[in-house]
Amino acid sequence: MTESVITTDAVTVTAVDKVFEAAAGQVVALSGIDLVVEPGEFVSLIGPSGCGKSTLLRLIADLDTPSSGSVEVFGTSAHQARVDQKYGIAFQQAGLLPWRSVAANIALPLELHGSSSVETRERVAELIALVGLDDFGDRYPDELSGGMQQRVAIARALAKKPELLLMDEPFGALDEMTREYMQTELLRISAETGAAVVFVTHSIPEAVYLSDRVVVMSPRPGRIAAVVPMALGSTASRADDLREDGAFFEMITAVREALHGGAPASSARGVENR
Amino acid sequence: MQAATVARAPSRRTRTAPPASRARARAWGFGALGLAALAALWELYKLLGPADGLVIGEVRVLPRTSDLAMPHIWETAGRLFEPVTRAEGARVLWLEVAIAASLTLGIAAAGWIVGVTVGLLLALVMQRWRLAESAALPWIILSQTVPLIAFAPVVKSWGSRIEIGAFEWQDWMSVAVIASYLAFFPVAVGALKGFQSPDRLHLELMRSYSVGWWQTMRYLRIPAAVPYLLPALRLAAANAVVGAVVAEVSTGLQGGIGRLVIQYAGQASGDPAKAWAPILGAIALGLIAAGSVALMGALARNYRRTEDAS
Repeated sequence: MTESVITTDAVTVTAVDKVFEAAAGQVVALSGIDLVVEPGEFVSLIGPSGCGKSTLLRLIADLDTPSSGSVEVFGTSAHQARVDQKYGIAFQQAGLLPWRSVAANIALPLELHGSSSVETRERVAELIALVGLDDFGDRYPDELSGGMQQRVAIARALAKKPELLLMDEPFGALDEMTREYMQTELLRISAETGAAVVFVTHSIPEAVYLSDRVVVMSPRPGRIAAVVPMALGSTASRADDLREDGAFFEMITAVREALHGGAPASSARGVENR
Repeated sequence: MQAATVARAPSRRTRTAPPASRARARAWGFGALGLAALAALWELYKLLGPADGLVIGEVRVLPRTSDLAMPHIWETAGRLFEPVTRAEGARVLWLEVAIAASLTLGIAAAGWIVGVTVGLLLALVMQRWRLAESAALPWIILSQTVPLIAFAPVVKSWGSRIEIGAFEWQDWMSVAVIASYLAFFPVAVGALKGFQSPDRLHLELMRSYSVGWWQTMRYLRIPAAVPYLLPALRLAAANAVVGAVVAEVSTGLQGGIGRLVIQYAGQASGDPAKAWAPILGAIALGLIAAGSVALMGALARNYRRTEDAS
């Protein structure tokens, strides 16, 4: 018994294929995917467009079902994990409800699952402080910048204290400055919450900066080409100066080479090198 | 909404933030200006137009300008403050019209409520089951092609056969049913469009929360439908008024504005200004009905934030 508790991974993907039926025939989005994410671990999925990284995230979130193979989240099926609200999710678009204030947006998952209003208010106050949006609780999404909206979305994803956070290019629509700032904020937040994170991105520096491990994927059919562990110290201890560290550039090179199947190629199509 | 946008544009040049009250005053000003222009056009045509109107071939394309066909604005206005008839103790005309109008407004409101309820329920069912949408939507659209005049007497004769216990069908209910028949349509179509308006992202978010159809409806689809619903409700209000007036005429209901329009038109040869009074009353009715809905829209301001952005 004790052993099984210890070995329960946050995410276990086993021999997963995903085939979409299209008008022109079958499209193999994912083929033979095996992946384990440990509790508290930060894992990025990176690869060119069409490599199935978002599809893989959607399978973990049970927004889609695999054609074969299995996806488990904390030892239960992905479906059960969704029903039990084991994960929080954030997309590239913040996806806030425009008619709800910041506080009400963050409270949405709590309200939907019947938290008492006192509980909800306390939790929302905590979350607003966590993502640094004090004084903005009464504002509406259209009054916020893109970065602030994304913070609200992250706070909302964390509302139910999930031990797994799924993020699909959450900073993809932000400008570079805001993006780097949000990355550092995310490291702090994930350290404070201790949640495991599966993070989809197409930016190599972003993946390197944030992750314990970077999963490099290749397209047609989508498969895992390499898993690169980041030898950069614990994610909790990282800060902006890491971006100018030699080890950081080494890791960027390692990920880039993995993207090109080991060969040091000049550029990867569809992947940002900035 | 549109008037406010129009009013805001020029003030950007003067680089002063337009206070909402000034924009509103401007909108009212333009409205008053429009009315004045209409009145001026009326009098100008009456002054300059040919006495027998303009006839091309057999068709009169412009009306006669005689006092019989087009009484002066001030005569029409003045007539409002004279008694309805020369009989002893007759009410003043505007009061008579107002009483009739309030009866019609009540019937139209009842029709509006029934129509809105039916429209919303239809939209809910159509949203819930795609099959229901493809089955019902063509019929809903077809329903509006049935001419009201043909329809009204049928409703009246059906209604007169309804008698359940102490409940007895009243004539005004036939009129309300016909009003609701016109009112439900924009609501059904508008609400369906609104319920279907949330984007995939929001729907997937609700799915990730693992909530069912009703909660998705309550927390996402219904609030998202508000910007679609308000114009539909306003249209339904105007339709309900038109439906009530026309149905009063074709079912011969006494006491409403529709009846007055017919009755006074019959007296127009002797008293041309009088015939315009119930028409003005009907216009006022439509404005009141649409205005009440606009008031509801002001209460739902938070649900319309995206309207300003787009």
